[in-house]
Amino acid sequence: MALAEDQSSLKGAAEKSWHGIVLQTLKRNEVSLVPYVPDRVLTPLIKNLHADPFFTTFPTAREEEAVGIVSGAWMAGARGAVLMQTSGFATLANVLASLAIPYQIPVIMFVSERGTLGEFNYGQTLVCRTMRPVLDSLAMEHHTATRLDEFEFIVDRSIKQAVATQAPVALILSPLLTGGKVFDK
Amino acid sequence: MNTATKTPARNTKVMNRFDLTSRLVAKLKNEEAVVGGIGNTNFDLWAAGHRPQNFYMLGSMGLAFPIALGVALAQPKRRVFALEGDGSLLMQLGSLSTIATLAPKNLTMVVMDNGIYQITGAQPTPAAAASDLVTIAVASGLPNSSWAADEDDFERLIDQSLTSEGPTLIGVRIDDKPGTGTTRRDPVQIRERFMLGLGVRQPL
Repeated sequence: MALAEDQSSLKGAAEKSWHGIVLQTLKRNEVSLVPYVPDRVLTPLIKNLHADPFFTTFPTAREEEAVGIVSGAWMAGARGAVLMQTSGFATLANVLASLAIPYQIPVIMFVSERGTLGEFNYGQTLVCRTMRPVLDSLAMEHHTATRLDEFEFIVDRSIKQAVATQAPVALILSPLLTGGKVFDK
Repeated sequence: MNTATKTPARNTKVMNRFDLTSRLVAKLKNEEAVVGGIGNTNFDLWAAGHRPQNFYMLGSMGLAFPIALGVALAQPKRRVFALEGDGSLLMQLGSLSTIATLAPKNLTMVVMDNGIYQITGAQPTPAAAASDLVTIAVASGLPNSSWAADEDDFERLIDQSLTSEGPTLIGVRIDDKPGTGTTRRDPVQIRERFMLGLGVRQPL
C-alpha cells in the first residue's frame, strides 16, 4: 500500500514536472513527431518521449535537419516539434528565414537555455546572447518559460497559436524552470 | 568539368538534369510527392511540368532529403521522391544517417551530381575530385544506393525503388547545364498547393 502510494505520487510528480507538462501538452495537441539534437537538461523528456508509443522521436545530426523534417511532415498532415539547446538554435537563422517563415510553417521549437544563470562555458554564454536578437530580428513569437505554474499555459497556447497562425514559435526553457546544467554534472 | 571521374565507382554516363527529371515526372501516375532542392534542381522540376504534388525549395540548402523524409513519415502510403544537388547534399550528409536509421521504404532520393556549384559560377565542390557520394550513402547505412549507368538504368532504378523494402538513393552524373526554367518564387502558394496536392487541405 505504501509502495502504491509512493508510485502514484511519483507519477503525479512526473506530470507536474516541466518535462511531464511538455509531453502531455504535445500529446493533447496531437504533436507526435519529435526529432531532436540532445541536451543534458532535455534527457528526461527525450527518454519519456521514446518510451511513449504515441511519439515518433529520434535524433538528427543537425537542428536544421530536424526543422526540415517537421516542415515536410506538417505539409503532409502531421504535427511536429524540435528539441535543441541554445547553441543548436544558433544554427537555424537560415532555415527559419528561408523555409519556416516564408512558407508559413508552424515549426514548434523547445530550446533548452544554456549560457546563463550559472553557465560555466564561455562559448555558451556568448552564443546565448545571439538567440533573442535573432528571434526578434525575424519578428518570431518566442517565450522564455521560468515558472512551472505558468508553463502548461505557455506551451499549450503557443502550440495552438503556431498552428492557427501558421507561424513558427520558440519556447525557451530557462534554468529557472529546468534547473539547467551546472559544472558538477 | 567532371573532375571526379577519378573516383572508381563514379564512371557512369554524364546525363542531363532536365532530361532525367522529365523522365521521372513522366512516370508519376499515383500522385507521388516530389521535393526539389534549391536552384537548378527545382527549376528543372518546375520546367518538367508543374504538378500539385511538387514542392520547390527557395532556400534552406541541403534540406530536400529531410523535408522529403518528413513527408514520407507523415504519409507512409505515398511514394516520395527527393531531388537534390551534390553541393546541397554535402551540406547535410548527416541526414543520410537519419534516413538510414528510420528507413522509410516509400522514399526515393536522387542526387544530381555535376561536381560543381553551377548556379554560383560553376566552382568545383570540395568533394568533386575526391569523394563518391553514393559510396558515402552506402557507408551511411543506405545499401540501396547506386550510380545510374545511363538514362535507361536511371528509369530502371526508379521503377525498382517503388517496390523496395527500404529507402533508395540514385546517383546520376549530370552535365554543367543550368536549369531549364525558373520556379515562380511564391513560397506561400507553393506550400499551399503542395498541401492541396497531398490531400491535407481543401480549397477555400
